[in-house]
Amino acid sequence: MNIFQQKWMTNALFVILAAGAVAPLFAADTRLPQWIEVVLGGLMSGVLYSLVALGLVLIFKASGVFNFAQGAMVLFAALSLVRLMEKMPFAVALAVTVVIMIGVAWLIERLVLRPLVNQEGIVLFMATLGIAYFLDGLGQTIWGSDVYTLDVGMPKEPKILLENVFEGGILVGMEDVIAAVIAAVLVGLLALFFQKTPTGRALRAVADDHQAAQSIGIPLNRIWVIVWSVSGIVALVAGIIWGSKLGVQFSLQLVALKALPVVILGGFTSVPGAIVGGLIIGLGEKLSEVYLGPYLGGGIENWFAYVLALVFLLFRPEGLFGEKHIDRV
Amino acid sequence: MNAIPRAEEAKPLLEVNGIEVIYNHVILVLKGVSLNVPEGGIVALLGANGAGKTTTLKAVSNLLHAERGEVTKGLIEFRGERVDRMTPSDLVKRGVIQVMEGRHCFAHLTVEENLLTGAYTRGASRAEIRADLERVYGFFPRLKQRRGSQAGYTSGGEQQMTAIGRALMARPSMILLDEPSMGLAPQIVEEIFEIVKNLNTQEKVSFLLAEQNTMVALRFADFGYILENGRVVMEGTAHALSENEDVKEFYLGISTAGRRSFRDTKNYRRRKRWLS
Repeated sequence: MNIFQQKWMTNALFVILAAGAVAPLFAADTRLPQWIEVVLGGLMSGVLYSLVALGLVLIFKASGVFNFAQGAMVLFAALSLVRLMEKMPFAVALAVTVVIMIGVAWLIERLVLRPLVNQEGIVLFMATLGIAYFLDGLGQTIWGSDVYTLDVGMPKEPKILLENVFEGGILVGMEDVIAAVIAAVLVGLLALFFQKTPTGRALRAVADDHQAAQSIGIPLNRIWVIVWSVSGIVALVAGIIWGSKLGVQFSLQLVALKALPVVILGGFTSVPGAIVGGLIIGLGEKLSEVYLGPYLGGGIENWFAYVLALVFLLFRPEGLFGEKHIDRV
Repeated sequence: MNAIPRAEEAKPLLEVNGIEVIYNHVILVLKGVSLNVPEGGIVALLGANGAGKTTTLKAVSNLLHAERGEVTKGLIEFRGERVDRMTPSDLVKRGVIQVMEGRHCFAHLTVEENLLTGAYTRGASRAEIRADLERVYGFFPRLKQRRGSQAGYTSGGEQQMTAIGRALMARPSMILLDEPSMGLAPQIVEEIFEIVKNLNTQEKVSFLLAEQNTMVALRFADFGYILENGRVVMEGTAHALSENEDVKEFYLGISTAGRRSFRDTKNYRRRKRWLS
């Protein structure tokens, strides 16, 4: 009965969301090309949310920790890259940054996770809070706290598509398209890694049951270093894309906070959930800002994600794709 | 060290000598436990709740650390090598693996994925792992049927089989099996113990088995130790133990003296408590 009810709830939520998305089309003053532009813009910023959320999901899956420091990791990675690029070519700087992120993962495992093994989830969460502030300070101490522009050679000028279908065509930022492609590739690779490789399987095993994983000889310490490294690299990718869009600055970290509603929507344990959740939030934000803004007084973009997350917490706390808690009675 | 005569003549596979375990730096759980497991043997570790059976197994497999426990005295040797400072991962590589109490399957992984995780430490080739998987399915035909279902949704017996099968994938020479009968129907318990016996004779896997179900355990084991309050209070061959009057009285619930009134029994127990 319960399962039926929840399925029904999910479907209903989907229908309501979809209805909300197409509703503007029926308003008298909406033009189709403009709507498409808004939708595309929403999806593009959604991809960026997804990237940050992905890092969160990875760590949560493998260690059951909600990593509050994910935003700080994005900022730290982007800062490292941008400052290193002043001294060396992009490819080298990228490689060095990857090494730095792996180093950070190693240090976190050594100094924070290892002493706290088998502690409550909340204790580990508090520890990541500490990591967030530490990385923040460290990044700004080493790399400086100015706003830096990150130029990795992404095309900035927008393109006009479908000119012969609509009058004036549709304006699409090429930068956004590239970002979306990168994110899609990254997600595909991660899904393969988790589902098909022995290490991925071990990661999922650790996520399910630390102790059992230990009892069959899976070395927890190594698994943690791997998973924090991977999510550090995901943070780097997110940092590059965000950074080249907004400039590398402290506020990157705050944008990363949007990843929290994304994972609530998609489910804490689901890689596809992080993607779909990001897209829904990006889309919903832009659409509601443009079409509801005039009636509600604007600024919707800032709270929309959180309200949506609240609705999900009420009706489907495990998220759209989250693993159900399996209880044997 | 108390000089209890050893039943085995040959150098044992596992030798635990006078270990003391303290949790959280204050709680003394094992007060000098010594035991041997010979190559190819099934040794049962018997006793009531809280006697220290699980702690003994975890001391051997070194899972104690995760629970803030520590071996403070004594010596654990596997094939003559000291293992009491090794990580669980190193121990698995040397052939000692624990199947934990309560099964602890990976609930969201399929049965087959559960089994495959057991091969993680080996770094064997795909073909080898495939072959081992078939071997495990040979012992547990039921698991082959359920290979695609999430382990969390399988029955208790199937989960116990998954847990043992997963341990087998590491090609152990010794399995520390903790309370395999817990929460299972008698028929399933029988099935599991039959498989344990098969593994023992066909694959030459030695077992150290902690069990509250004394009757079943003594039927399948060769040798037994009885733990009480963190000490070994009695040891002997399985046959000798199951014939022993005190064991019968305390653990098997059979007595040759006929029915006695409850009050007598209570007095008898109080008088005859071991080592207290």
